[in-house]
Amino acid sequence: MNPDASTIAAGAPIEVDLSPIAEGQDIKVFWRGKPIYISHRTKKQIDEARAVNVASLPDPQTDEARVKSGHEQWLVVIGICTHLGCIPIAHEGSYDGFFCPCHGSVYDTSGRIRQGPAPSNLPVPPYQFVSDTKIQIG
Amino acid sequence: MSGPSDYQPSNPALQWIERRLPIFGLIHSSFVAYPTPRNLNYWWTFGAILSFMLGMQILTGVILAMHYTPNADLAFKSVELIVRDVNYGWLLRNMHAVGASMFFVAVYVHMFRGLYYGSYKEPREVLWILGVIIYLLMMATGFMGYVLPWGQMSFWGATVITNLFSAVPYVGESIVTLLWGGYAVGNPTLNRFFSLHYLLPFVIAGVVVLHVWALHVAGQNNPDGVEPKTEKDTVPFTPHATIKDMFGVACFLLLYAWFIFYMPNYLGDADNYIPANPGVTPPHIVPEWYYLPFYAILRSIPDKLAGVIAMFGAIIILCFLPWLDTAKTKSSKYRPLAKQFFWIFVAVCILLGYLGAQPPEGIYVIAGRILTFCYFAYFLIVLPLLARIEKPRPVPNSISDAVLAKTGSRSTPMVSTAIVLALAGSLFAGSIDSAKAAEGGDKPPGNKWSFAGPFGTFDRGALQRGLKVYKEVCASCHGLSFVAFRNLAEPGGPGYSVAQAAAFASEYKVKDGPNDAGDMFERPGRPADYFPSPFANEQAARAANGGAAPPDLSLITKARSYKRGFPWFIFDVFTQYQEQGPDYVTALLQGYEDKVPEGVTLPEGSYYNKYFPGHAIKMPKPISDGQVTYDDGSPTTVAQYSKDVTTFLMWTAEPHMEARKRLGFQVFVFLIIFAGLMYFTKKKVWAASH
Repeated sequence: MNPDASTIAAGAPIEVDLSPIAEGQDIKVFWRGKPIYISHRTKKQIDEARAVNVASLPDPQTDEARVKSGHEQWLVVIGICTHLGCIPIAHEGSYDGFFCPCHGSVYDTSGRIRQGPAPSNLPVPPYQFVSDTKIQIG
Repeated sequence: MSGPSDYQPSNPALQWIERRLPIFGLIHSSFVAYPTPRNLNYWWTFGAILSFMLGMQILTGVILAMHYTPNADLAFKSVELIVRDVNYGWLLRNMHAVGASMFFVAVYVHMFRGLYYGSYKEPREVLWILGVIIYLLMMATGFMGYVLPWGQMSFWGATVITNLFSAVPYVGESIVTLLWGGYAVGNPTLNRFFSLHYLLPFVIAGVVVLHVWALHVAGQNNPDGVEPKTEKDTVPFTPHATIKDMFGVACFLLLYAWFIFYMPNYLGDADNYIPANPGVTPPHIVPEWYYLPFYAILRSIPDKLAGVIAMFGAIIILCFLPWLDTAKTKSSKYRPLAKQFFWIFVAVCILLGYLGAQPPEGIYVIAGRILTFCYFAYFLIVLPLLARIEKPRPVPNSISDAVLAKTGSRSTPMVSTAIVLALAGSLFAGSIDSAKAAEGGDKPPGNKWSFAGPFGTFDRGALQRGLKVYKEVCASCHGLSFVAFRNLAEPGGPGYSVAQAAAFASEYKVKDGPNDAGDMFERPGRPADYFPSPFANEQAARAANGGAAPPDLSLITKARSYKRGFPWFIFDVFTQYQEQGPDYVTALLQGYEDKVPEGVTLPEGSYYNKYFPGHAIKMPKPISDGQVTYDDGSPTTVAQYSKDVTTFLMWTAEPHMEARKRLGFQVFVFLIIFAGLMYFTKKKVWAASH
């Protein structure tokens, strides 16, 4: 009952052009049927994400570990709440990150869980920068 | 099912079969001669009601499956086509969807009955556990059935429920992928759910056979909880129990028909009339009402794994009930403390159900935690403790003693009424109004609609005017993709003739092809064509309208709602109020205000609307006074336009509404007469036994 060959083939890596995304904006792309948020973070958002005491987080992880070095402004996360799979809304909630409307989980500007029932941070999908303005997800 | 029978059919042909397969003897001993305690009350008719409902669900389900398409792109449409085009498809679908709810109503009564009268105690432990297994199978079947129409709530309910399994340590993610057959809920998921939804009812039927077998070995429990000792304590199953069950089923059918014919969408969710969209989570995901208490338990525990364990534990704990409650006295009738705690437990379950439908914030979370504790405390603390400290009242020596002693006491009907009210309450608490239109929007005012109430019909004039408004105003942005031109000439619609509908269709250009040269071409519309959509696809619609795609209007009056709140949703069942959608749509059309109230900032390209959730709507004020000319002299005001177009859209959402209400009346007349006949027959049959 696991995914069949065509489903797996359709899940091949995709490339996303980042140049149209202005600072402070984000887009949602679909990869393997999952929504992926790509946020062009502002300086303020990056600072907010790095100012927190990592040890105090429910799922401790530094912001540095969640983005590619040299591309700190880009946050790429799978937009599926780690609680029960709803899609969080970007730019909502008390941490200026993501807010899940189903059961009230709040994520920060690094996609880390800060409040609510979700057990872990929004996962970062496998991706790399092909060029400065293009990434390959998968 | 209780040992060899000495029954011999008199017909030689039947005798021939009986010698080779003693099936008539089995039926005779199980359902005719079978001794049933003579003090059973009406709560014991729910076994028959449940068997009836299972048969009903399988029958309607098999026919629905003949017309349904289990494909993520086609499922939603195929369900709509069943409702619109299949002969009595609307009836089949309502019977099946409402039937699922009624099945659960009956099973909850049946379970609480077992709990109250101690029907799980020695020697009926296996019988009880089989019942819990049936209940679990029912929950799985009901959940997968709800996914099949592939609306928003189907999709997101499936997402949330399958994600429960991701809480399992280490292998959780793999289990979820296995359930999905992909990387997210999608077409493979829908296909396997359809397959299992078709399979599980037959598994249920199989376990029901075991359940009945176990029942007939151990014998039925009874309200006094003393086992039958002599022949005086029992009566033969037929005609006594048979006729009583028939009366019970007839009464239950009245409730069932009330929802089928008058409130078919009351127990569902408006969001499920929006096709599934993997990119947008509805603001407020709620399961169907019968899962709500368990959903409340899940949400009240802040840890994911612990929440999932608690939720499943709340059901599994029922299996251990025979060993948690070790009291010797079966029936709570003779257990003064257990009786009180039972009613508290019922209230806890109902309140948990209510909380399950509320947003998980503030006081609701705290109340949820307290009630979750109470739920488990009843099984783990109260029942074991009561068995040790409670002093039960003396039980009668035999059933016949209890029947003879009963003449004085008349408290039973009071208790029964309380149970009915309580269960009704739980049912209503489960009704989930979509919070969509409620969050951040004013409550739309009520209207007088010609189509409201049990005898409501559409105002033909309003339908024709509404069609004109749609055609001249709405149609430039909004599609009407489930409505065909031929529908305009169908009974219960705007009342056009077939020729008028054909003429109306020919004014449209419809894309057809490919022709012999392989090209697509345009031709005039025919009655069989559907209203063409203004945009080729959703992306085009989005791009042309500042990022917000104008929704298709075919189902809009059923897909929009607002929260009625307590206690209105209870009154609505009796008043048959179900016009939240039309009230909202007509209010929205009139809710534009040029002056934005202070403190509200609108995003660019948005307009202020009093009734829109969040107030910022992308649709500009669509219509103004005098924009559409009416031939019949009706006022050409926005208020009139809104009412007309809403009436028209109510018809597009449910073209067979008039047939539904008309048939409903006939069914009610029949059922009331039938139930009355059954009641008097039952009285006659039981006259000697009481």
